[in-house]
Amino acid sequence: MKLPIYMDNQATTPVDPRVLDIMLPWFTEKFGNPASSSHSFGWEADTAVKKARQQVADLIGADAKEIVFTSGATESNNIAIQGIARFHQERGNHIITLVSEHKAVLDTCRHLESEGFDVTYLPVQSNGLVDMQQLADAITDKTVLISIMAANNEIGVIQPLAEIGALCRERKIYFHTDAAQAVGKLPIDVNAMKIDLLSISGHKFYGPKGVGALYVRRRPRVRLKAIMFGGGHERGIRSGTLPTPLLVGLGAAAELAGQEMDSDNKRIFALRERMRLGIMEQLTHLELNGDLEQRLAGNLNISFSYVEGESLMMAIKDVAVSSGSACTSASLEPSYVLRSLGVNEEMAHTSIRFGLGRFSTEEEVDFVIKTIVKAVNNLREMSPLWEMAQEGINIDEIEWEAH
Amino acid sequence: MAYNDKVLDHYENPRNVGSFDKGDSNVGTGMVGAPACGDVMKLQIKVGDDGVINDAKFKTFGCGSAIASSSLVTEWIKGKSLDEALEIKNSEIAEELALPPVKIHCSVLAEDAIKQAISDYKKKQ
Repeated sequence: MKLPIYMDNQATTPVDPRVLDIMLPWFTEKFGNPASSSHSFGWEADTAVKKARQQVADLIGADAKEIVFTSGATESNNIAIQGIARFHQERGNHIITLVSEHKAVLDTCRHLESEGFDVTYLPVQSNGLVDMQQLADAITDKTVLISIMAANNEIGVIQPLAEIGALCRERKIYFHTDAAQAVGKLPIDVNAMKIDLLSISGHKFYGPKGVGALYVRRRPRVRLKAIMFGGGHERGIRSGTLPTPLLVGLGAAAELAGQEMDSDNKRIFALRERMRLGIMEQLTHLELNGDLEQRLAGNLNISFSYVEGESLMMAIKDVAVSSGSACTSASLEPSYVLRSLGVNEEMAHTSIRFGLGRFSTEEEVDFVIKTIVKAVNNLREMSPLWEMAQEGINIDEIEWEAH
Repeated sequence: MAYNDKVLDHYENPRNVGSFDKGDSNVGTGMVGAPACGDVMKLQIKVGDDGVINDAKFKTFGCGSAIASSSLVTEWIKGKSLDEALEIKNSEIAEELALPPVKIHCSVLAEDAIKQAISDYKKKQ
């Protein structure tokens, strides 16, 4: 087993070596611009891009013509949300999203608010899921767009896409989903789920970084205002020369994900449960953050009471994970996603996200269990809060001096 | 974030972890910080009849820099009189551990913990 162990697959995934092999020739000997329609360099690149478009479309049950290539999910989210809001502002200026969305959605919405759009940031339930009744109640006659993520990046919870899609269709509202964490991991069918726009990120499912896609429905047609201008590539929605090697990689990763989704999920889920149960058996005072059932197979997010997240990550330095602790961010605020579940600040500081993936092994999981149990026990011995808890003192009742 | 060697050393081999009986008349206890802010330090001193701190213990909930800051000050205050211990400044702690700006508050907490422990001890006399 090689150290350090990578357990942060919601942050990014490695490019699958099979994907890289397919990409490599497109950097060097097959370097043509797919827009060069006057010679064979362009033609072969164009053919490759067409294939990639089809591969991505197949993974989500879409038509190849509905795929717009972008630089990643952040750009896709921007195009979708700004594009819909600006095109349809005569009809309405209201957008609904969730407080637990990725910053690429939240910040885009904030920006639109500064331009006069109205945004409702719906709270989520304590398991991280949207309350469908609340969502329905939040709709007004000005609502043009509902943007709700497919799976959460921190806690892995999966929102009820088909239910949201049905509600949106019934109320004639566009439905956008940031599916960066879900594509390639969950079966997605844009027609069955009535999704109008869907953001995809290549590097979350073993494709390259710097490439992604936006699905834009054609029937009934979804119209957007572009936010970037140029040569009119991608039906004018996203100008800019298409990066053939990255797109070939994205397509290959999509095809592999489609083929291996079931077997990957089975294996990753078994590893995740081995880890969850292994840790829970040996330690007390743990909280699982986010719903256990409606959850990505590879995600585990646990608060280890009385142990601060950053110090825990230092103690398990051979294991790459991430924490909701404030100390890991520049803002000094603990995770807003955990706070949105009603997790108190103290517990948010003690959270660790484990992200298992296609290349995780049982040996690695067993090493992580052993390492984390030892570290938590050591740090609790050093924790004044643990000591107080053992003495039966309720630390919530103490008046702490904030600093 | 990469850590300074001294922080790592104190984090990996913390000095003087533990607790004294806080009811003891020659023990002073300082508890500073807040769980919601992600750091709580408990610092205890044991003072001899000669007014010299002859032992110190800590327990800390917090990041590596918070643990290192408290571990470091337990070493520094041992053998010091109360007045000498009160002179320890957070800037000296931050400098010794080469704390980056976002971690300066850890050294402030450690200084506050010393002051609170001494004040608790004095109240008992």
